[in-house]
Amino acid sequence: MLENLSGRLQGVIKNLRGQARLTEDNIADAMREVRMALLEADVALPVVKGFIAQVKERAQGREVLQSLTPGQAVIQVVHEELTKLMGTENAGINLTTNPPAIILMAGLQGSGKTTTSAKLARLLKTQKKKVLLVSADIYRPAAIEQLKTLAKSLEVDCFDSNASQKPEDIARNALDHAKRHFYDVMIFDTAGRLGIDEAMMAEIKHLHDLLNPIETLFVVDAMQGQDAINTARAFGETLPLTGIVLTKLDGDSRGGAALSVRHITGKPIKFIGVSEKVDGLEPFHPERMASRVLGMGDVLSLIEQAQKSVDIDEAKKLADKIKSGKSFDLEDFKAQIQQMRNMGGVGALMDKMPAQMAGMAGQMSGEAGDKAVRRMEGIINSMTPLERRKPDLIKATRKRRIAIGAGVQVQEVNRLLNQFEEVQKMMKMFSKGGMSKMMRAMQGRFPGLR
Amino acid sequence: MFDFLKKDKPTDTQSVIAPAVESTTSWTERLKQGLAKTRSQLGNQLTGLFGGGKIDDDVYEELETILLTSDVGVTATQALLEQIKLRVKRQNLNDTTQLRQALKDSLLELLAPLEKPLITSTAQPFVIMLAGVNGAGKTTTIGKLANLFQAQGKSVLIAAGDTFRAAAREQLQAWGDRNQVHVVAQESGDPAAVIFDAVNSAKAKGIDIVLADTAGRLPTQLNLMEEIRKVQRVIDKALPGAPHEILLVLDSNTGQNAVSQVKAFDDALGVTGLVLSKLDGTAKGGVIAAIAQSRPIPIRFIGIGEGIGDLRPFNANEFIEALFS
Repeated sequence: MLENLSGRLQGVIKNLRGQARLTEDNIADAMREVRMALLEADVALPVVKGFIAQVKERAQGREVLQSLTPGQAVIQVVHEELTKLMGTENAGINLTTNPPAIILMAGLQGSGKTTTSAKLARLLKTQKKKVLLVSADIYRPAAIEQLKTLAKSLEVDCFDSNASQKPEDIARNALDHAKRHFYDVMIFDTAGRLGIDEAMMAEIKHLHDLLNPIETLFVVDAMQGQDAINTARAFGETLPLTGIVLTKLDGDSRGGAALSVRHITGKPIKFIGVSEKVDGLEPFHPERMASRVLGMGDVLSLIEQAQKSVDIDEAKKLADKIKSGKSFDLEDFKAQIQQMRNMGGVGALMDKMPAQMAGMAGQMSGEAGDKAVRRMEGIINSMTPLERRKPDLIKATRKRRIAIGAGVQVQEVNRLLNQFEEVQKMMKMFSKGGMSKMMRAMQGRFPGLR
Repeated sequence: MFDFLKKDKPTDTQSVIAPAVESTTSWTERLKQGLAKTRSQLGNQLTGLFGGGKIDDDVYEELETILLTSDVGVTATQALLEQIKLRVKRQNLNDTTQLRQALKDSLLELLAPLEKPLITSTAQPFVIMLAGVNGAGKTTTIGKLANLFQAQGKSVLIAAGDTFRAAAREQLQAWGDRNQVHVVAQESGDPAAVIFDAVNSAKAKGIDIVLADTAGRLPTQLNLMEEIRKVQRVIDKALPGAPHEILLVLDSNTGQNAVSQVKAFDDALGVTGLVLSKLDGTAKGGVIAAIAQSRPIPIRFIGIGEGIGDLRPFNANEFIEALFS
């Protein structure tokens, strides 16, 4: 995600880094590149212009020119301004009101409102909230069905509306229902609409007045182009928006719409959608996103994710083992593979690593890596506990048995054992040399890394 | 259950009743209506710009801004500007009103090759597979296509190949009911199997056109891209040579990512036609200029509204005309 934008900006930054002195000329060159990069990333033109002017002004200011490393200082400025553009800090969802706290979802057709509603419900459910999902999309065929089906799979209640009702009646009845059954949160999904469709915009305004939601979330497709600015303006003028959800960020779009929408509405981006699955909703961290855009890596998210999905005791045990180097066996290897999968697979990890490190790992295909990892797990599962503890035991006959058990060729078992040995060696290195040394060693030795 | 006439929007009622085959003039009218906002933005900018006067660097910069804000993209914009400058020089133009014609000509030169209508008489059944990212408008397009082909007197069968998204089947069923078209669907399971059954059933019943829906997918999801290739292979097994047309549905709101969507789906499937959906918004769909430059795949249809009749064959001349009038 966003790698194209960060790729381009990195090129610019590399050039700037090499400069001992900044002149008006090389700043202008750099800014031209930044402009192109942002435009190609679908950031709206007026936003780009404002951004460039701001950066230019600061880059020619004293703090940069008097800096010992002016190139570095410009990068700092770009980073800060980019962060500012995306909002200064993470804004969580606000539910501090008399229950039910109502969340109204609004957006264009196909931006992902219904999916996001379900993801949000799941998230709030894990926070022990009693959630009611409501759909007032009577226009798109089976839209209400879709939300009902999603709610069922999440084991969240869904208000029984249907397409022959009026949205405002649905709103009134659902509100009544939510109050009577003591729901903490009511998520109200609406039909997709165009900002220029006056009748439909009036409808959602009316719904907003009826419901008086504490949160009105504007759902935006990350792939949206220059028009994001017009849509955002139309919705922002009709509704008192409280936040933005950016969806489909797992694609290869450069996500420039985020910057435009945020700039126009002035409202924080609260969540980002990163997968089709119901758990694919993450809080948005502007600072980290700016780092990601600039290729500085989202290490903080990575650590958080690791803390969430890795069993600390397990990890500690493993760390101790790794330090000793010797006793790292196939069982640990498997445990590691599983942890990696818990954290969202190889691809998700690589996405968050600093660009330099990811670059070191070579052209990496996340999906291919994940597939290879699953296969490896299968092979290890076909081994006896004794074999896993003492891989040296595995000779020709055992290899054949394992291969048959896992449904693979003997060669693949050999490859796995070789890889295991490499990892074993790497683990020793890791205990001595740290992460970057390990990444260098990983190159070409791990499935998916080429 | 799906009562569309409830929608108290005058335009919608009108479009639902609107017959699919209309005279060219009224179709131009409708497109103009659909593109009204687009026009009021791009058009007004251009009218202001082309109001007469000398051609200088400011005019070119203004032109660049307009093209960029229409999602034409950096590369295509530069190429278009080069061309216009060349025209201005060659034809010795010195007035901004003439510049308007030059821009039109350049755009037409770029977009005219994409104007190739879909011919469905080459096979029976003629199998059309639809692909695209999530929320692009595939299912809605299928509903409109079914209506369009039926109006041409063809028999249509729909295959509910989106077995992933919740209630996608029901959505398609609703469109099927409205068109009185049979929808082949299964409770869940393999999209390839559903479409395989549909194609076989179409062969047995002598159906003219099979419309195969697929689940939305992002090109970065390699496993899903692999899945849709499998669907394509399985259709070929059911009927050698099928699918005869692979339509990629693009949301007009999409920015430069549309170019990489076209590339990715084309590399995976060999896309034979494009559908540009949701052109009734403020989005200008200018990204087709960028697509025309990097992957000139014919644009078969454009979607200009939510009503069942709001799908039209792409006409480069009218499209550009509607933008500027």
